[in-house]
Amino acid sequence: MPNSNIQLDDNGRLRHFLSIEGLDQAILTEILDTAGSFTSVADRTIKKVPILRGKTVANLFFEASTRTRSTFELAEQRLSADILSLNVDTSATVKGESLLDTLQNLEAMQIDMFVIRHQDSGSAHFFAQHVRPGVSVLNAGDGQHEHPTQAMLDMYTIRHYKRDFSGLRVAIVGDILHSRVARSQIHALNLLNTAEVRVIAPRTLMPVAVESLGVSIYDDLEKGLADVDVVIMLRLQRERMRGALLPSEKEYFRKFGLSQERLQRASPDAIVMHPGPANRGVEIESSVMDGKQSVILQQVSFGISVRMAVMSMIVGQSGLSSGPQPGGDA
Amino acid sequence: MSLPSVESLIEKLTQALTPYFSSPESQPLIVGIETGGVWIAEQLRRRIAPESELGRLDISFYRDDFTRNGLNPTVKPSNLPTSIDEQTIILVDDVLQSGRTIRAAMNEIFDYGRPKRIILAILIDRSQREIPIQADFVGASMSLDSNSHIKLEGPESLKLVVKTLDSHAE
Repeated sequence: MPNSNIQLDDNGRLRHFLSIEGLDQAILTEILDTAGSFTSVADRTIKKVPILRGKTVANLFFEASTRTRSTFELAEQRLSADILSLNVDTSATVKGESLLDTLQNLEAMQIDMFVIRHQDSGSAHFFAQHVRPGVSVLNAGDGQHEHPTQAMLDMYTIRHYKRDFSGLRVAIVGDILHSRVARSQIHALNLLNTAEVRVIAPRTLMPVAVESLGVSIYDDLEKGLADVDVVIMLRLQRERMRGALLPSEKEYFRKFGLSQERLQRASPDAIVMHPGPANRGVEIESSVMDGKQSVILQQVSFGISVRMAVMSMIVGQSGLSSGPQPGGDA
Repeated sequence: MSLPSVESLIEKLTQALTPYFSSPESQPLIVGIETGGVWIAEQLRRRIAPESELGRLDISFYRDDFTRNGLNPTVKPSNLPTSIDEQTIILVDDVLQSGRTIRAAMNEIFDYGRPKRIILAILIDRSQREIPIQADFVGASMSLDSNSHIKLEGPESLKLVVKTLDSHAE
């Protein structure tokens, strides 16, 4: 496991944002509170604040992404950053030296912050270990490891609708094995003192020793959904599957797809979430996705505020210079 | 040092600002800067234009010392109730010192639109300007040395307090 403390500076403030694991409740809560402050920016005529003015952010996507990448870009633009987005095509696996080469070339362009998505677990940590002092790295998904900004926007969504985590039952349903989102969510939910976190999946899509993360395990969707307050559906990640883990998509939906009927087992005011992109008719029925309990599109909107919050916290704490303090705040 | 009563200063500002509200078809918008400025602005609104809505600005996102001091996670959302294009704005704050807060507030206002005019009303103008910004109306002017900090307490009963600080300014 890469060292997570690299995320914090000497004062315990956020310097990189690589994984939920290794952070504490205070930082997670600060991210959620700060994100709340940014939601109003979207309602303005000019949807911009000058926090990242003069900073350059590079978005490096070694893996395809629509939602994460576009909400990161919007968040950066609303913070007034200059941005550079690269889709790095990697038919050959990029590792070690070549990844370092990419980094060094970009550093020569005076980039202040990297947002990186990569198919290898630990790649964001690798980047963070090699950047210059004062340059920050945000993980936008690394292999099957973590996707921390997605988890934080999910926590923001849950807090928005349910207020307090301590009385909540949250079910994460589907392809837990391949899901970096699930891993980040489980850490975040536990750090925020969620009453119960359930993972619901066929045994072939459940990671080994998942119970060590502090979750209860179900391989029966209907039992697992009983009385939950939040249902988080995960995408079936066929592109990551090697070998026959599933009989067929149809069969998967029959056993683990979220239908209206099955949703009835959850608490009547339960919300339904999905990090996207969703496979309609595979893990979730269309009518549930478009139904009144679905908050899937709200998750996307909140994603912008949460990403603005994380980036502004990192920049606001980078301690650029410790010159004389301003004369006063008036 | 004897400090003036906030009530008398608000009354003085009320007198000075009331003429701007004489035309019913173009009423200025009163905008306070969080937190103390909003308290004063609310008092002025009640006295001068009780039917109007109050605008609020939290300038945290616009501060020029942001990269040094970071962001307060509980930034209150700014709220300007109407379109401000061609609107006269009465911008209100409790204390004017360096002028940096007002600069930040004006930058934020211009991200909402193009006001016709901005009039600056300040409860206490203390010395030590760092940029060329002056108030149009002040409740009282006083000169304090750089170790002194004047603060408005409220909002239940508004009161000015002066504290002498150690070497660290807020």
